[in-house]
Amino acid sequence: MHEMALCEGLVSALEEQARAQSFARVHAVFLEIGALATIEPEAMSFNFPIVARGTLAEGAALHIAHVDGHAWCMACSAKVAVRQHGDGCPDCGSYQLQVLDGQQMRISQLEVS
Amino acid sequence: MCSVCGCGDHAHDHHHHDHDHAHDHAHEHAHAPGLTPTRMVQVERDIMAENQRHADANRRFFAAQGLFVLNLVSSPGSGKTTLLVKTVEALKAALPVAVIEGDQQTGLDAERIKATGVAAHQINTGKGCHLDAHGIGHALEHLPALQGGVLFIENVGNLVCPAGFDLGEAHKVVVLSTTEGEDKPLKYPDMFHAADLMVINKADLLPYVDFSVETAVANAQRVNPRIKVLTLSARTGEGMSAWLGWISGGAAQAKALAD
Repeated sequence: MHEMALCEGLVSALEEQARAQSFARVHAVFLEIGALATIEPEAMSFNFPIVARGTLAEGAALHIAHVDGHAWCMACSAKVAVRQHGDGCPDCGSYQLQVLDGQQMRISQLEVS
Repeated sequence: MCSVCGCGDHAHDHHHHDHDHAHDHAHEHAHAPGLTPTRMVQVERDIMAENQRHADANRRFFAAQGLFVLNLVSSPGSGKTTLLVKTVEALKAALPVAVIEGDQQTGLDAERIKATGVAAHQINTGKGCHLDAHGIGHALEHLPALQGGVLFIENVGNLVCPAGFDLGEAHKVVVLSTTEGEDKPLKYPDMFHAADLMVINKADLLPYVDFSVETAVANAQRVNPRIKVLTLSARTGEGMSAWLGWISGGAAQAKALAD
């Protein structure tokens, strides 16, 4: 359900951008979703066309780029890649990981007119 | 044909190309009649920015009031409301306290809190699965002034969605009861990663259930090495003093920062 709320947030962000950057229609939305973000990209893709109906983004394509997550492994003293919470360090197996990035849910660019 | 705007034919899918380079240009060249030229604009905006704006405003308000705010999250049935009833009963003589209750339907939880004499406001989310920061801002209008006190927000019973929504709280507190699986932190890692404290509730049932506190703690620390843990029974009162002490400490700190 909360992807619906996120899609509503996305559409209001598009409306705000339309005012700020002077465009009337959104044809494509490019998102960056981190591997550790609290979002299910498939649910986002399913909900977006429904929420966008009747708005400036009706019929817009949604492109989702998946971005890796990274954490600082305290045991290795190194930055390592993480696919999901609860996975250990890929090098040493330690769970003493401090998440550095991969939680983002960002609009990176828009195709507009 | 321009691969960015797809001019010349809008009917086909023209979005196969990679977007690893910047496209901050408008197309000056001629377009087929009747087709609108499109352009790419860079945005770099978080989808959660709107919620975050409200959460930041709530956090500023709480800081100015010296108010310690906890966002309680769990599955349905972990005993959050019972824990809150016992907690506000214990704290109300010493501190201003209030509760915001979130449920899909009914005002039952707020009624349970109000029965203790403590102010409570119920938010019904309807089809919604979580509380958001905007709703919390409006719920505050229904509560008395709480300078130097504690506000508890009982989120909708759901271990998934509330993890992503900052309400402006000082801490998310995840309640896990001994009648649930000790593997919950691994199954719902986002929530246990977002929480600063895990309260293991229904400790009085430990002799009767297959729940290892040690395993539950290890699982929680696996997804969140920083998480603190308190084990208690809201029903019998066992372990409640450490929980009340943790809250009072946080409240004293919030008050000191505002003074």
